[in-house]
Amino acid sequence: MSLIYRLASRNLLHDRLRFVATVVGIVFSILLVTVQLGLYLGFGRIVTTMIDHASADLWIMPPGTKCFEDPSTLDERTRFQALSINGVAQAAPVVIGYAEWRIPAGGTFPVFIVGSDLREGGLLPWNLVEGSLEALVIPGAVAVDRSYFDRLGVDGIGANAEIRGQKVEVRAVTNGIRSFTTTPYVFTTLDRARAFTGTAANKATYFLVRVAPGADVESVRRRLKANLSDVDVLTAAEFRDRSRSFWLFGTGAGFALFAGALLGMIVGTVIVAQTLYSSTKDHINEFATLRAIGSSGIYIHKVIICQALISAIIGFCLAAAMGLLAVAATANTALPIVMTPTLTLVLFFLTLAMCVVSAIAAILQVTRIDPVMVFTR
Amino acid sequence: MSELVVEAVDVAKWLGKGAAQVQALKGVNLALRGGELTLLMGPSGSGKTTLLSILGCMLAPTRGTVRLCGCSTEGAGPEALARLRREHVGFVFQTYHLFPTLTATDNVRLALDVRGENSARAVAKANDALAMVGLAHKRDAFPLELSGGEQQRVAIARAIVGQPSAVLADEPTASLDGENGNAIMTLLAEIAKDSARGVLVVAHDTRILRFADRVVHIEDGCIVGERRGDAALEKDQSDCAVPS
Repeated sequence: MSLIYRLASRNLLHDRLRFVATVVGIVFSILLVTVQLGLYLGFGRIVTTMIDHASADLWIMPPGTKCFEDPSTLDERTRFQALSINGVAQAAPVVIGYAEWRIPAGGTFPVFIVGSDLREGGLLPWNLVEGSLEALVIPGAVAVDRSYFDRLGVDGIGANAEIRGQKVEVRAVTNGIRSFTTTPYVFTTLDRARAFTGTAANKATYFLVRVAPGADVESVRRRLKANLSDVDVLTAAEFRDRSRSFWLFGTGAGFALFAGALLGMIVGTVIVAQTLYSSTKDHINEFATLRAIGSSGIYIHKVIICQALISAIIGFCLAAAMGLLAVAATANTALPIVMTPTLTLVLFFLTLAMCVVSAIAAILQVTRIDPVMVFTR
Repeated sequence: MSELVVEAVDVAKWLGKGAAQVQALKGVNLALRGGELTLLMGPSGSGKTTLLSILGCMLAPTRGTVRLCGCSTEGAGPEALARLRREHVGFVFQTYHLFPTLTATDNVRLALDVRGENSARAVAKANDALAMVGLAHKRDAFPLELSGGEQQRVAIARAIVGQPSAVLADEPTASLDGENGNAIMTLLAEIAKDSARGVLVVAHDTRILRFADRVVHIEDGCIVGERRGDAALEKDQSDCAVPS
């Protein structure tokens, strides 16, 4: 084995306190980047939760709809026009909108109503842990997520409240359907959703299209676009992208998360650069000796880069472990931090790149070393 | 006749810039032959270290030519000079310049590692070199666990492990007591017996004259005298003799 690794590791461990400071700097820098990028991924996922769980090949929506939560409506005639188009098997209406949940003990809380036809499907609650979908046919029946029990002032099946002056009863309970806006989702039937949101009986927010078996989704979409006026027809993936880009970039949230990640990288780079530079300065005699005994510039650069990589690998491992703790801690929150294998890999290479870039100042310093200095020190 | 290892022809060197510029060497001619230990002596500021640096390819002369094993250093950049150093020159420094975090074996092996020789054979060569300087039993010791004399022996092992044509030593005994100084010079004299290798030692200490095959005096950047070692020793003894 070359002595480069041994020299690099011992240079680092020679001053343990400085090494610990370097690693702590890398850990916090990478942890900050992990949290920011993890939040970015988590945010990107949570803003499309409803789209992900809808059973639709195509979404028909009012033109210019930016995200799922956009409450503009379409006329029911559009649905019938869609159903008349070759290749369309189903066009399930979905009504969404904000409403006020009145707690029996007093006080109100905003909720987000999602209504679908129980027979046609469309966008029905999932992850049911209590009650059943069928129970939603009962007058006033709604489904809520158990993570919002406290806010909604309910404690499970049978609990009562009021929306728009109408009595509602919790008949189904879900687990993990959380909204990043912190406004709880309340699932109910189509008609009740219209009543709760003040939507006219002949209106709906979306029509969720299922194409007939064997039909080509893209061809059906082209036909829908050609035959329906004043609507957007998007695939689920397109609607997902549109929603994500609205919430992440239309609101500036994504830029803020990226800016945080960039800041983390800059802080990390500066910390590692500073410690590598001062370590190199402390070992300048040794680098001059290496140069004097004929080492190439590249050999010395390798020693410094090896120092940077050792710091990076140790720092990354600790940061990844802490990142996993952060992921576990936020798993059941409104905005979970998400770590994927790809993100882990990206973070690993970012850490390596950050540390190698940090080594530039130290490399420039040793590049200027005059080997003659070994005679004067 | 033994092989010419290093040759300096009309070497001049200016150091510093502007008003602070000084001429450290003024047209020096010097040849270092294999199988010969040459002492370079002179007062402080006479240009000894500058000449050693130029002969060892650490500095480029302002004027003149240096040939190391037949290769001219003229026009060579820092990397080319580094290559000449690692292939042909072994250095011994006054303050040893060992790596405190590496064992004796690894310190010696470093001279091979920078050449890209990092196999198990390199470890064996390093241990052989340590055995040659009498430190086979200290191969795993770190510099701080060694005496000054032992550290200098490790430095000599590092200088010779790559079989260089020239060994250049800058006041190798200056940090040592008389006994250790003699031991180091004995070792360098032994190394100089190889006809393919020349040894140049820069020194102040006249007590080591007896180890020299040739003594070169430098003053004010010029070679002012050259004697055979025994002649230099005789002169030194007569200079020191108390007049009756």
